[in-house]
Amino acid sequence: MQNNIWFVLLIGGLITFSMRFSLIYLFGKFEIPETLKKALHYVPPAVLSAIIFPELFIQDGALNFQLTNIRLLAGLIAIITAWFSKNTLLTILVGMVALFILSWLQL
Amino acid sequence: MTESRKAFWDGVKAEIPLLVGVFPFGMIYGALAMNAGLSTLASQMMSSIVFAGSAQFITTQLVSEAAPGFVIVLTIAVVNLRHMLYSASLAPYLKHLSTKWKALLSYLLTDEAYAPSIIQYEKEGVKPHSHWFLLGAGLALWINWQISTALGIFLGARIPDDLQLDFALPLTFIAMVVPVLKKPPMIAAALSAGITALLAYSLPFKLGLILAALVGILIGTLLEKENAK
Repeated sequence: MQNNIWFVLLIGGLITFSMRFSLIYLFGKFEIPETLKKALHYVPPAVLSAIIFPELFIQDGALNFQLTNIRLLAGLIAIITAWFSKNTLLTILVGMVALFILSWLQL
Repeated sequence: MTESRKAFWDGVKAEIPLLVGVFPFGMIYGALAMNAGLSTLASQMMSSIVFAGSAQFITTQLVSEAAPGFVIVLTIAVVNLRHMLYSASLAPYLKHLSTKWKALLSYLLTDEAYAPSIIQYEKEGVKPHSHWFLLGAGLALWINWQISTALGIFLGARIPDDLQLDFALPLTFIAMVVPVLKKPPMIAAALSAGITALLAYSLPFKLGLILAALVGILIGTLLEKENAK
C-alpha cells in the first residue's frame, strides 16, 4: 500500500483539482444559460444541508429523531443561535458547549 | 491599503470564524491518517495534494481497509463531485480572470472557502478586486488545514474521543447555511436536500449527498419560477 499510496494521492489530487477547475474554466469560454445561473443560487443551501442533515439525524448508522439524540438537540440549538445572531463563531461555540453539556447530562 | 490587499484581508477575516470549526477536523484527520498506517509524509502531503477534508477522511478509512487504489481514486472523485457545483456557481464571477488565477482559486476551492466567498459575491457583485477575497479565504483555510493536520499527526491517539471535536464541522456548515435562508425557495431547497440526504444515506460513495444537492437545487429553482409567475 505504502508504494502506491503516492500514486493514489496524485491521481486523487488531480481529479479533485479538475473538478474544481472544470466549470470555472468552461464557463469562461461559453455563456452560462440563464436558467442554470438561477439554479446555481441554490447550490449553497442545498449542498450544505445535504451535509448537515445526516450529521444531526443519523446516529450509529440509523435515523434517530428522538430527544436522546444529543447531536440533533445540539444542532437545533446551534440553528437557533445562527438564526438570531448570524454569527459563525458564536454558533460553533454554542453548539459545542451544548453538545458537551448534553453528553455530560446523559452520563 | 490597496484595494486588492483590502479584499484579501476581508477574505481572511471572513474565514477566521470558520477556521475554529475546521481546525479540530484537521487534527482528527491527521490522527486518523497515522492510525490507518500512512507515513507521516503521506498523511501531511494528502492535505496539500488532495486538500479536501471529507475525501481525505474516506481515503484514510479505505487505506485502513486495504481497498485497491482505483477504488480509493473513484471514491475521491464521487465524494468531491459537489465541487463541480461550486465551480459552476463561482464561474460567472471569475470569468474575467486569467487562467492562472482561475487555476489557483480552483485549487483553493473547498466547502469552507466557497461558502463565505459566494455570500460575498452575491452581496457585493463582481468588483475588479473581489477575487482577492476568495484568495484570502482560501489561503487562510489552506494554512490552517496544513497546521491542524501536522498537529493531528503529532498528537495522534492522544486526542480524546469523548471531546466529540468532529461535531465542530457540521456546526460551521450550520453557521454558514442558516443566514442565507431568507426566502421560501431557499428554505425549500435546504429542507428538500436535507431530507433527500437522509433518505439516500445508505447509497455507496456518499452518492446520497450529490443526489440530495441536485434535488434541493431543482426544488429551489422550480419554486422560484412558480413565485415569479
